[in-house]
Amino acid sequence: MLEVKCFATLGKYTPVGGKLEYRPNITVKDLLRELNIDERDVKVVFVNGVYSTFDTPLRDGDRVGIFPAIGGG
Amino acid sequence: MERLLRINTNTGESEFLDVPEEFVSLGGRALTSRIIKKEVPANAHPLGKHNKLVIAPGLLTGTPVANSGRISVGGKSPLTGGIKESNSGGTFSQKMAKLGIKAIILEDKPEKVSGSRIIYVSKDGVRLEDAPGLSGKGTYERAKMLFETYGKDVGLMLIGPAGEGLRLASSIQFTDPKGRPARAAGRGGLGAVMGSKGIGAIVIDPKGGDGVNIADLNAFKDAAKRWIEILKSHPVTSSGLPSYGTAILINIINEAGALPTKNFRYGRFDKAGEVSGEKMVEIIKNRGGVVKEGCHPGCIIQCSQAYVDEKGEYITSGFEYETIWALGPNTTIDNLDHLAMLDRLCDDLGLDTIEMGNTIAVAMDAGLLPWGDGEAAINLLKRIYNPEDYLGKIIGNGAAFAGKAFGVERVPVVKGQSLPAYDPRSVKGVGVTYATTPMGADHTAGYAVCQNILKVGGDIDPLKKQGNIEVSKNLQIATAAIDSIGFCLFVAFAVLDTEGAMDTIARLLSAKSGKEITVDQIVELGINVLKDELLFNVDAGFTKSHDRLPEFFENEPLPPHNTVWDFSVDELQQAKVL
Repeated sequence: MLEVKCFATLGKYTPVGGKLEYRPNITVKDLLRELNIDERDVKVVFVNGVYSTFDTPLRDGDRVGIFPAIGGG
Repeated sequence: MERLLRINTNTGESEFLDVPEEFVSLGGRALTSRIIKKEVPANAHPLGKHNKLVIAPGLLTGTPVANSGRISVGGKSPLTGGIKESNSGGTFSQKMAKLGIKAIILEDKPEKVSGSRIIYVSKDGVRLEDAPGLSGKGTYERAKMLFETYGKDVGLMLIGPAGEGLRLASSIQFTDPKGRPARAAGRGGLGAVMGSKGIGAIVIDPKGGDGVNIADLNAFKDAAKRWIEILKSHPVTSSGLPSYGTAILINIINEAGALPTKNFRYGRFDKAGEVSGEKMVEIIKNRGGVVKEGCHPGCIIQCSQAYVDEKGEYITSGFEYETIWALGPNTTIDNLDHLAMLDRLCDDLGLDTIEMGNTIAVAMDAGLLPWGDGEAAINLLKRIYNPEDYLGKIIGNGAAFAGKAFGVERVPVVKGQSLPAYDPRSVKGVGVTYATTPMGADHTAGYAVCQNILKVGGDIDPLKKQGNIEVSKNLQIATAAIDSIGFCLFVAFAVLDTEGAMDTIARLLSAKSGKEITVDQIVELGINVLKDELLFNVDAGFTKSHDRLPEFFENEPLPPHNTVWDFSVDELQQAKVL
């Protein structure tokens, strides 16, 4: 199982209950495709709190946070 | 013709003066820090007659260029004992610029301060007036009374009961375009400096002012048009900030494992979603509040809002990420209505929200009130209205003072000023800024959160040391320049990512002044600001050993990344321009 949350303008793409079935050998890119998120709308992806690229492989139990461009302070 | 306005708060005399050559090319923070460096003895008591309070619009303030209406307030800080520039939005700055006043300098202090006086500034001159009715009142009531007396077109700079009571955490509040005193020069206790001089409010009346002179109007218009394109084409300044306000950061800092929780014990708050920007906007929309508005005319980013209660009645605006974090995750209060009320109380009392959130967390660590109890926190802050309440006096003095009063070791401050909303163990770039900026712990002074977390303007690992000294140093220089120009710091998100944006700023400055100003000169301006500030602090007794985070950051690993603060004081010196 993956724990997946999408935030801000991407919030609507969060899967039901924030969980998604894990499939072996998938990457962040595959996950975005599965969620129907356009890669161009994604600025930052955290996997277990670590900044990751679209090629980062995912492991069972990972926590993934997907963000558009964000700023504040 | 620009002038300086010096006001002696003891004799009541005031004088408009020509701007000396050495100040002509300075504005905002560059001007406040230069005047403090030059005119205030570094060993002066911050609440004594030798300290000064300097108020200066930026170099481009008063022109039509977008997001240029910020104001700098400077003095020797009673909180840190060092130099301070505290920056705010609101309408005051542009109205000052319209009257052609480059800086107001409050000097001396009355032998005896009895109640608050008002300074009224218009094109016809300056009046110092007694205002016995103002004393003891909150800033919302004060603003209402002052608008009734002086008309709705004036701009207000005012303190509340905290500043009047000389509390170390007191802010100076500014009114926004809707007349609400919700914008703050919050940090460093400058409200107490104003209070020490017996000044409760400055009223600026722009009527009949000559406005700002632009030397080459066509070149200026051309550059200003490009400037709007830059801000409108970056996703942060065009979409992220207006849609969710600065509280959009709650979720991303939490996911990054760097949201300081329960007085900096954890990097994640399990109720973060309840106090996020997304949640705030949902509540505002359901209740009929205002999702986006600007803090000054000409703002096209619009990160502010009006938060309302269940009946749709206004509670607060400028409900910032820092405020929500300090009073929320840091104290484990997870109810946005309680947080909005705490923000309102801080604005009304005239207190820095970051300092108050940390102070409440310290009080919770001392067992004065339960963790996460919003109503108890509200009741605690309300005690500060009563000048006879000694617990209120302790709380109003901020986290360092309260920690000593309560015997708490865990006090997250640098140079006496509370840490902002990013744990330095897991956002090391901004940790370098906390440790080394002349301001005391301050995120705005060098916001490496950009490169560490948000991936704006570069990509530097937040969990490792590499590259974080350099990025903090460069950002401290750039920020000092932006604060001197009068731009809102949030323009930096777009500037960092846009090729040629610095050239556009140079073109704006050149067209305004009629003198060729290069990008290198803008960088030089930033470096010189920092030099003034660092030299003042050296004279005030600061050494490299003050560039240190509290030791628990070195000893306690922060979950989830289990990082510790591992820069030595000697390594950190590389982040300073001196």
